[in-house]
Amino acid sequence: MSEPAAVASQRRGRGSARRRHPLLVAFSGAGGVGAAIVLVAVLSAVFAPWVAPYDPVALDPPARLLGPTREHLLGTDQYGRDTLSRIVYGGRSSLSVAAASTLFALLVGGTMGVLAGYYRGWVDGLMMRVTDVLLSFPAILLAIALLAFLGPGFVNLVLAIGLVYVGPFARVARGAVITVREELFVEASRSLGSRDWRVLLRAVLPAAAAPLIVEVTLRLAYGILAEASLSFLGLGTQPPAASWGLMVAEGRRFLSLSPWATVAPGLAIMVVVLGFNLFGDALRDALDPRTRGRG
Amino acid sequence: MLAYVGRRCLLAVPTLFGVALIVFFLMRAVPGDVVTNLVGLQGNVSQERLAELRRMFGLDLPVHVQFGQWASAAVRGDLGTSLRTGRPVALDLALRFPVTLELTLLSLVVALAVALPVGVLAALNRGTWVDHLGSVLALLGLSIPGFFLGILLILLFSLRLQWLPPAGYVPLTEAPLQNLRHMVLPALSLGLVLAAATARIVRSTLLEVLGLDFVRTARAKGLAERTVVLRHALRNALIPVVTVVGLQFGQLLGGAVIIEQVFSLPGVGRFALEGINLRDYPQVQGAVLLIASAFVVVNLVVDVLYALIDPRVRYE
Repeated sequence: MSEPAAVASQRRGRGSARRRHPLLVAFSGAGGVGAAIVLVAVLSAVFAPWVAPYDPVALDPPARLLGPTREHLLGTDQYGRDTLSRIVYGGRSSLSVAAASTLFALLVGGTMGVLAGYYRGWVDGLMMRVTDVLLSFPAILLAIALLAFLGPGFVNLVLAIGLVYVGPFARVARGAVITVREELFVEASRSLGSRDWRVLLRAVLPAAAAPLIVEVTLRLAYGILAEASLSFLGLGTQPPAASWGLMVAEGRRFLSLSPWATVAPGLAIMVVVLGFNLFGDALRDALDPRTRGRG
Repeated sequence: MLAYVGRRCLLAVPTLFGVALIVFFLMRAVPGDVVTNLVGLQGNVSQERLAELRRMFGLDLPVHVQFGQWASAAVRGDLGTSLRTGRPVALDLALRFPVTLELTLLSLVVALAVALPVGVLAALNRGTWVDHLGSVLALLGLSIPGFFLGILLILLFSLRLQWLPPAGYVPLTEAPLQNLRHMVLPALSLGLVLAAATARIVRSTLLEVLGLDFVRTARAKGLAERTVVLRHALRNALIPVVTVVGLQFGQLLGGAVIIEQVFSLPGVGRFALEGINLRDYPQVQGAVLLIASAFVVVNLVVDVLYALIDPRVRYE
């Protein structure tokens, strides 16, 4: 009963003009909404001085712990600082830490995984043991422990979060490379006498890139959550700088007086992470050959 | 089966060794060294005291000897003494571990109680509004940080409705009901996030299984749809769910660190954070080692359970 339906849908698929480019698919529907959220967040962080209505660290004690007003759309915190402006500037720390730590994890983990998948043998064994140990910590605990001993700061924050995600990237890269390394075009490149690095860069990497790209978008979401959690615990971005997690922690003490200073930055985290998740899911569906071309 | 369990247990040994190695070297990652760092807090300290502290930390010995001593003491349950209170770290951990364990177990219950029905309903009503609602809720759950969910719950149930206490802890053995009242919100904050991820997996694996031949056979035999779904499909769909939930259970141990802080629960995570703020390095080291070891053990148990449920695993 299901076969005729499948055949019919296939026929329909073949009939409907040309298949759309996977990226186009990823940017439509829910994925498009996600991409739009991400774009707004990135732009407002980059152009923070023009977007934010106030200086994010300017104190205004008479106007402290206000709810939303015409002057302060999202209210103010316990020092009278404008919550909206702090969210806009806070996006800078959240997004830059997430981006830098994902890049770090991609470079280190991706390289480890590609080498392990391409050379197999003892290289593979060694890389995967290292990965196993890194993955044998609950993710956030490893980051907390690293920061506890390294101390806070942008570089340490990036290192701590990045190191946690080296494992997942290594596994994804290794899996992707293993599936393509036996393919004919890789074999062909090798038999033409190309050096290993050339085969890797020109034949293997492009073919294995799709799962890594998907992993990057989803890890960016985790990165924002991790930065927020660590800053909430006081281990990440330090005051008076603004960071969404830190704002939630600071506002929390005045929760019963004015929930706005806590709820607004919390929602900011949630919406931006949702954006990355929506876009990442759509990208995965679009790039995954198993789901590609389906409704 | 026994052979499999034995092999799997042996595999956990190098992992535990790696974990111990990382925890040990964390202490050495402190810029400068631990002693100068500590002394920096207290002002002028004599050279003798510095040397004594270095001896206490074993910093005067070669690194491999230090690691050997530290690891063999740790295996015997000696995790050093707190710099602040002078109490054995292992003793405090033993007092606090039950809190963390209760929190993670309750969160697991919350996660399963929510994820199973939501996932099953979504799969059975694929493409309808039930399914879509489930997907939206799951995505929201995956995007909300646990600590923020906790604060929202406090705002609603403690500050507005005044149904549940916003923070604090009563031991389970002293007043079980009071204990539960204090644990409801933390368990929800930690469990609902896990529920989101689990519901997605329940949905997708059940859909996969429902399309298999044996389900068609069961239907062809004329079994009631209820029996087909619950007895035949769900039982098989739960196999991968067990692995994922098991792995996530380990992550709960990490999440507990943050949730304990939100609700002022005296668990291992909070103990670690207190240690971080006071630069009580043995305390931090002990707590991290305990949680990471628990994580390794949980993963081991999950693997064994998996082999019990699915005999194919044992022969790989």
